[in-house]
Amino acid sequence: MKNGLQLIDLDVSLGQRRIVRVTADIPPGQVLTVMGPSGSGKSTLLAALTGTLDPAFRVTGQILLQGRDITRQPTQLRRIGLLFQDDLLFPHLTVAGNLAFALPPDIRPRAAREQLIAAALTDMDLSGYGPRDPTTLSGGQRARVALARCLLSNPQALALDEPFSRLDASLRAQIRTLVFSHARIRALPVILVTHDPEDAAAAGGPVVSPNN
Amino acid sequence: MRLRGLLRASPALILTLPVLAGFAATVWPALQTGAGFAALLDWPGLPRAVILSMGTGLGSTGAALLLTLLILAALHDRPVFRWVQRSLSPLLALPHAATALGLAFLIAPSGWIARALSPWATGWQQPPDLLILNDPWGLSLTFGLIAKELPFLLIMALAAMPTTATRRLQLAASMGYGAVAGFFLTVLPALYPALRLPVFAVLTYAMTNVDMALILGPTTPPSLAVQITRWMTEPGLSQTDLAATAALLQTALTAVALALWRGGEVAAARLCHTVTLRGLRLRGLDGCRSVVTVVAGLMGLTLTASILSLGLWSFAGLWPFPNTLPQSLTLTAWSNAAPALTATAMTTLIIAALATAAAMAVTLAWLQAEHLFGWPQIPPVLIYLPLIIPQICFLPGLETAALRLGATGGVTSVTAAHLIFVLPYTYLALSGPFRAWDNRIATVAATLGATGARIFWRLRLPMLLTPVLIAAAIGVAVSIAQYLPTLLVGGGRVTTLTTEALALASGGNRRLTSAYALLQTLLPIAGFLIAVELPKWLRNRRFGKGVA
Repeated sequence: MKNGLQLIDLDVSLGQRRIVRVTADIPPGQVLTVMGPSGSGKSTLLAALTGTLDPAFRVTGQILLQGRDITRQPTQLRRIGLLFQDDLLFPHLTVAGNLAFALPPDIRPRAAREQLIAAALTDMDLSGYGPRDPTTLSGGQRARVALARCLLSNPQALALDEPFSRLDASLRAQIRTLVFSHARIRALPVILVTHDPEDAAAAGGPVVSPNN
Repeated sequence: MRLRGLLRASPALILTLPVLAGFAATVWPALQTGAGFAALLDWPGLPRAVILSMGTGLGSTGAALLLTLLILAALHDRPVFRWVQRSLSPLLALPHAATALGLAFLIAPSGWIARALSPWATGWQQPPDLLILNDPWGLSLTFGLIAKELPFLLIMALAAMPTTATRRLQLAASMGYGAVAGFFLTVLPALYPALRLPVFAVLTYAMTNVDMALILGPTTPPSLAVQITRWMTEPGLSQTDLAATAALLQTALTAVALALWRGGEVAAARLCHTVTLRGLRLRGLDGCRSVVTVVAGLMGLTLTASILSLGLWSFAGLWPFPNTLPQSLTLTAWSNAAPALTATAMTTLIIAALATAAAMAVTLAWLQAEHLFGWPQIPPVLIYLPLIIPQICFLPGLETAALRLGATGGVTSVTAAHLIFVLPYTYLALSGPFRAWDNRIATVAATLGATGARIFWRLRLPMLLTPVLIAAAIGVAVSIAQYLPTLLVGGGRVTTLTTEALALASGGNRRLTSAYALLQTLLPIAGFLIAVELPKWLRNRRFGKGVA
């Protein structure tokens, strides 16, 4: 079994038009940066990866994650964690509620769940923030909660959809470092979709265009 | 300036004042002597009428809402959802009375379904002696209400969907949540607050409606609202105290039902919260997808078949049981009815056009004032007030008050009464698109020297033509469907397609009833067709087919 995330001759087309063509091998802890102008197929590639493509698209090739072929699997079973450009924290839940939503249900009893949530908050320098309403947090704090939430769902890979573009310049570098270091520590392969060359430089891994 | 003051007061004058004053005048006799309380308690039908009101109201609203949410949760990303969306507008245009009549002609023992299954499957040579219609527990009424309210709730829910819905669902799915569970746990909490008042309006209507209950509901005793209408419209004043007391009870029942519903909301939210904290993924719920598809399809099919059965009956020649189709088609019913039908249709259209014109004027003026003078939006509670206070609890008092003020109970009074119910819908329908209009266009035009009036008439209105026409079509559909306002405020002297169809329904002439009900259906559908097609036609005429 091969570790990491492999895209093998991944082709996505709509009618006669080929939109995505990528072959890549992303070992655990490495970041593959996908760059290209808008309309170049970045979001289509991401949708193919997460299993949220419109049925009108045709996919050929293979996506392997930790040796599992997930190409045709529903999103629910893929175990690819998602970070969007908005943090998308649920405003009807507290910070701790947001994290509990992500934590797998087989972690029981309640005390164990609360312990893991508290640890995740401490890990993000947010200890004591559990009962807070997410709308009262700063942008940097919200980004860290979103990352903690994503990691608590125990993903085997990360898909990042321009996750730093809404943050201001000083925060951007900080959150970027945080995300990449957590991915390295947990040995998660990462696909980063961006149009910011600085993101690519910080990621350190190979850079591809979605359709070469 | 005086015009601006009048506009500023218009929501209070059109929505709040008539409803509250009408309510006070309706229940006043009950509080004066107290004689009505004893009379009401003596009425043997009371317990059953109360149970019917609560049961059909809460049951149909709960089922319609659950089905609405399940359709959104389970089918939103399926190809079949496009079908659902496309069918919503025409289904919304169906008037309550015509839907109920069509359903009655479909499911009655001598209805289309029984004919289609007889005699080969059922062995029936005669219509069986079954109490399918007007069943004592109000089951057919409940079913009719679910089918009728489903499209309305779906449209309101689609309009209120949070912009982040798709990404929330993707996020939940990426963490392993099932599609249905993801919807209920992450999208519904953001969606429901905007859906609450529409649901309350549906609950009030379901509990207290008269038009559908007259056709589908139980008869001995009928639901409370039907009985109140009987007491209110009885000649002479002997039942005034009784009717007023019953209206008071109906209001209290509605308040209790709304409170119960609110309690249910809290319980449901708690349940969702518990599930969230435990992180249950509930992927098994997605198994309901095929069932939801089938049920949604059956609902659409039932509504369509109901209207088709109206059409078939209105053209039917001899149609003995158990033939599936009439032996011949004839224009007899239509040609016999033509003179009266034309006059009634004209009255209906005049009332609808006047009420809608007034409602559109107020709606557009208010929205423009929001934009120009920074006026606040009309508060949702005001907008929904006429829809959440039961009609039967304020219209009778409104009529007596209007008579005392010198109104004659003619077409003008009926039009004014319709305006109370049309304005909320035109405002709700138009406010979203109106506010979403790109104001930078106004800025550009102003720098080019255009006045505010010119920007409104030459840019904003033409660009918003489709939503404006759709809001007007909704207004027309709402007006055409009104039964109680026409009956009570018109004092029985103003006849519309709706009052006539309901009056005929008790007479047993299916062909004639169908003709009225079908026309009652076709007029609002024609309105929607015009609203959708006219802007396209105008654009094509201007730019030529190739460009548009």
